[in-house]
Amino acid sequence: MLDKNGIAKRIARELKDGYYVNLGIGVPTLVANYIPEGMHVTLQSENGLLGMGPFPTEAEVDPDLINAGKQTVTTLPGSSFFDSATSFGMIRSGRVDLTVLGAMEINDRGDIANWKIPGKMVKGMGGAMDLVASAKNIIVAMMHTNKAGESKLLTECTLPITGLGCVKKVVTDLCVMDITDRGFELKELAPGVTVEMVKNATAGRLVVEGEIPTMEI
Amino acid sequence: MNKVVANADEAVRDIKDGMTLMLGGFGLCGIPENSIAALVRMGVKNLTCISNNAGVDDFGIGLMLKTRQVKKMISSYVGENDEFERQLLSGELEVELIPQGTLAERCRAAGAGIPAFFTPAGYGTEVAEGKEVREFNGKMYLLEHAFDSDFAIVKAWKGDTDGNLIFKGTARNFNPMMAMAGKITIAEVEELLEPGELAANEIHVPGIFVNKIFKGVNYEKRIEQRTVRQN
Repeated sequence: MLDKNGIAKRIARELKDGYYVNLGIGVPTLVANYIPEGMHVTLQSENGLLGMGPFPTEAEVDPDLINAGKQTVTTLPGSSFFDSATSFGMIRSGRVDLTVLGAMEINDRGDIANWKIPGKMVKGMGGAMDLVASAKNIIVAMMHTNKAGESKLLTECTLPITGLGCVKKVVTDLCVMDITDRGFELKELAPGVTVEMVKNATAGRLVVEGEIPTMEI
Repeated sequence: MNKVVANADEAVRDIKDGMTLMLGGFGLCGIPENSIAALVRMGVKNLTCISNNAGVDDFGIGLMLKTRQVKKMISSYVGENDEFERQLLSGELEVELIPQGTLAERCRAAGAGIPAFFTPAGYGTEVAEGKEVREFNGKMYLLEHAFDSDFAIVKAWKGDTDGNLIFKGTARNFNPMMAMAGKITIAEVEELLEPGELAANEIHVPGIFVNKIFKGVNYEKRIEQRTVRQN
């Protein structure tokens, strides 16, 4: 099984040279730690920064320089700042090559729910609804089951939807799956995970064809 | 014409109970700290506030939630503000949550003289309820309207007495569009300069959009998530 860093590390293998990438709050943010050496990837932070650098040293901390998770960050040579309308212009017009998001639930048609649990918890959608409505390539990073052990990969989302039919790939603690017309297509298993374990943890339509390789991370 | 006012109290004094305000900032970054403090002192009530977040429990718009001056928040993210979430869930506070890009564009539209626009964000979700849907090139879009606000209150890094503004880093965020969108726009700045001291090529918001400007004091610039790396 993968821990949070393992999930981030596996998602980093989806990066390509020249990509503009938006990373959501939480596990997706960790993907930045595993960008392959020598690969040029530009991180977009929707609060108005393209070319996000690493966390600052104590001396570099600037309250006027944060990412969308409100963490202090730095710039890099070639970075730019812009207003929120310009930022979402980049997103809606499809300039961002890859979006990585967390989710509370997804379904086997690629719908995602990640902003609200009615009556209990409201985080708000932030930029997620804009991202999922426009991004060409969305990967979800999530745990396969919730704290009660119930599947988060469903036939129908039970929570309020963030976007319809947008998730193309999901990387969980158990496996990598593509989401196609046929449902969740199992592509890779995490180390120590069996097809049986994935079947038991997946409530939505699951497609298992041929020998499923164990992922390289 | 003199746009310069002495301080925040003078800047906000025409704001009345029940008005709609836009407040710049993302999280606590680039928020009009001085004006918020003045609104709390003034005690104006039943406000509708358009702002991406509502600050934190004890800073930013959170201060105005605590004093129950806000009737309605229009935001994209509640996040880690416990008092905001509590008032929302208990129904004490009316909250309209909208996608962040839609929030930005509804400000921009208001400042650009565009009454409405179509965006794909929120199609198929609760956000779409009651909204006109139209298909363009095989994709579905929602009709969203420009905001209508009485005052916009923004925070800039530098400004001049003509109202020209320059922002710093990610403190820019919603401030420029809100500055354009307010019927009356108040700008608080860290440095207030004379015309000509800001390079014309570098101005982010032209002074035509700004009605009142003052030099703010004692900026705290609180950090929500102080994250550092070792050398």
